[in-house]
Amino acid sequence: MADYTLETEEGRREALRRMLTIREFDSTAGDYFADGEIPGFVHLYIGEEAVGVGACAALEPDDYIASTHRGHGHCIAKGLDPKLMMAELFGKQDGYCNGKGGSMHIADVDSGMLGANGIVGAGPPLATGAALSIDYDDREQVAVGFLGDGAVAQGQVHEAINLAATWDLPAVFVVENNRYGEGTPVEEQHNVDDLSDTAGAYDIPGVTVDGMDVTAVAEAIEEARKHARAGDGPTIVEAETYRYRGHYEGDEQPYRDEDEIEKWKEQDPIDRFSDLLIDRGELTEEELEELRTEIEAEIEEAIEYAQDAPLPDPSEAYEDMFAEMPPEIERFASQARADGGSLGGDRR
Amino acid sequence: MTAQAEIERAEETETMTVREAIRMALREELQRDEDVYLMGEDVGKFGGVLEVTGGLWEEFGDERVRDTPISEAGFIGAATGAAATGTRPVAELMFSDFMGVSMEQIMNQMAKMRYMFGGKTEMPVTVRTTEGGGMGAASQHSGTVHAWIAHFPGLKAVAPGTAAAAKGLTKAAVRSNDPVFVFENKMIYEQQGEVPTDEEFTVPLGEAAVEREGEDVTVVATQRLVGESLQTADSLADDVSVEVIDVRSLYPLDTETIADSVRKTGRLVVADESPLSYGVHAEIVSRVQEEAFFSLDAPIQRIGTPDTHMPFSPPLEQEVLPDGDDVREAIKLIT
Ligand SMILES: Cc1ncc(C[n+]2csc(CCOP(=O)(O)OP(=O)(O)O)c2C)c(N)n1
Repeated sequence: MADYTLETEEGRREALRRMLTIREFDSTAGDYFADGEIPGFVHLYIGEEAVGVGACAALEPDDYIASTHRGHGHCIAKGLDPKLMMAELFGKQDGYCNGKGGSMHIADVDSGMLGANGIVGAGPPLATGAALSIDYDDREQVAVGFLGDGAVAQGQVHEAINLAATWDLPAVFVVENNRYGEGTPVEEQHNVDDLSDTAGAYDIPGVTVDGMDVTAVAEAIEEARKHARAGDGPTIVEAETYRYRGHYEGDEQPYRDEDEIEKWKEQDPIDRFSDLLIDRGELTEEELEELRTEIEAEIEEAIEYAQDAPLPDPSEAYEDMFAEMPPEIERFASQARADGGSLGGDRR
Repeated sequence: MTAQAEIERAEETETMTVREAIRMALREELQRDEDVYLMGEDVGKFGGVLEVTGGLWEEFGDERVRDTPISEAGFIGAATGAAATGTRPVAELMFSDFMGVSMEQIMNQMAKMRYMFGGKTEMPVTVRTTEGGGMGAASQHSGTVHAWIAHFPGLKAVAPGTAAAAKGLTKAAVRSNDPVFVFENKMIYEQQGEVPTDEEFTVPLGEAAVEREGEDVTVVATQRLVGESLQTADSLADDVSVEVIDVRSLYPLDTETIADSVRKTGRLVVADESPLSYGVHAEIVSRVQEEAFFSLDAPIQRIGTPDTHMPFSPPLEQEVLPDGDDVREAIKLIT
């Protein structure tokens, strides 16, 4: 049984909770990035919540996902803990990757999360590989590879889908068409109108769904999951969505105007879903407010946790390279240990 | 340890080619561990373009010996994802020259996932590939690129020079939980040697072997140049006593065995087919000067490809391809 499903009232409320959590997590991360507390760069998922949550609502807990550089939403949708995510964004030892990954590489293989990814188009081959392991071991899972509209142009994406298709692997490829690859509109990057049209080249199903509608996404992924589990191979699901923020935080966005953003906001995936639940009598305005307050507190707690968490000891820099540490690295590691972790030790 | 001692320790050996030794290693590992499977272009029914995997598809079937589409990024990426999720793929990259096509998955995914994830994944993937000139295959099928992988953090690289090393290193690579690249020089597939038939025989990553003991000069060689250096050493035996070491593992590299030998002989020739600049030679030389500088009695000599690609025409190819004669000249120069 999935962690949450849109088929039950409880599951729908959980889906709403996760969408709200993503939005709160990301807007808070944006604030702390602006304040200089979060290093590197962050790519926010705000506006696209229905895609990650819709997709994960249709998955089983042990299914795999391989994500993109815009991965916070996928992590939360998959059930990762915002506290450990935030600690990772802050570069802390207690983060998901002990501070070695950061925003663009949050991963937790035990939760089926094969990593956000700093390389555009790199996730689909990993998802194909996870599907290969599943198929090889006759396990009952599927692997989902998320990719952006820009990534569809990458050669390795084609190779990954083609390989999964020819081997009938239990994979699903979810194209998040948020209209832009950095600043270039999707129309200038592809000749086809629907990015799911490429499915024809692999003789696999391809569907385009309203990515601002969590139910539509979930239904498409559920169908794709069934297809994959039946041994019929992958599906390409294109979800038409929109990112409200810049490509990265700090992006001045000369490539689009405010009107366009406002127009998409009328379709806001969270408002649409909460309105639906309210209309159906499953949720009251008060309960929605309570939920928001609860989530704000949860994210605030995540920030406190991240701020209080210890930074990694410098000697940690030498850990995790290999299952078996070679002498080449051991000499630096033992030096760092001998220095008691002081920064900037002798390199030799 | 000396290679001779390693062979002598083995209860039983058989004479076979490097190709047969690798095939034996793959067969034994496929039998030993259900999680292990082979994948690559034409590795199955076709038996591999250089015939290394011949017969394995018939023996193990489609599931265990998988033909892939011609898509290096796709299947090297899939091997990476598969290794992270519980199986142990052994991927064959038909010619090492094609590595560039899949380099993204190698550099940014396979090599970095364990580290970036804070140690939360294993990466038990093996990539076997062929290297080297000498076949008239021209530049796009004759490259020797192992320095790329040995140089790149997060990857391990081995390059056998004998049939026994080929078997032992292949098995160690498959059993390792780290990504290991096995660089097979295509010109030694027919080279014969004594190979332990013991199914548990492996050559640990990071251990060089003294193939021939000597007193006057150390030749540290890889792949094809191991055999050529041994022949050269034999031919010079009346004048000079040459110690020949098969490096076997490029990363990790057995500094100790190499430095110990130089401490004894005081002279060093490094022979590796890769281009001379910024590579394997430089690394070995650096380590020796760090560890045994005061033992050196003569300038260290390097034998390699003179920073060219491998040309097509035989006289051109022979011109740039390093061989035993180059090793001989280098030895003479410093003894
Ligand atoms: C191989 C590669 N090329 C370029 C980049 C720089 N880059 C990062 S994100 C991005 C845009 C990706 O667009 P898309 O796939 O549509 O995803 P989105 O940002 O819209 O979610 C680019 C070009 C990269 N990280 N990797």
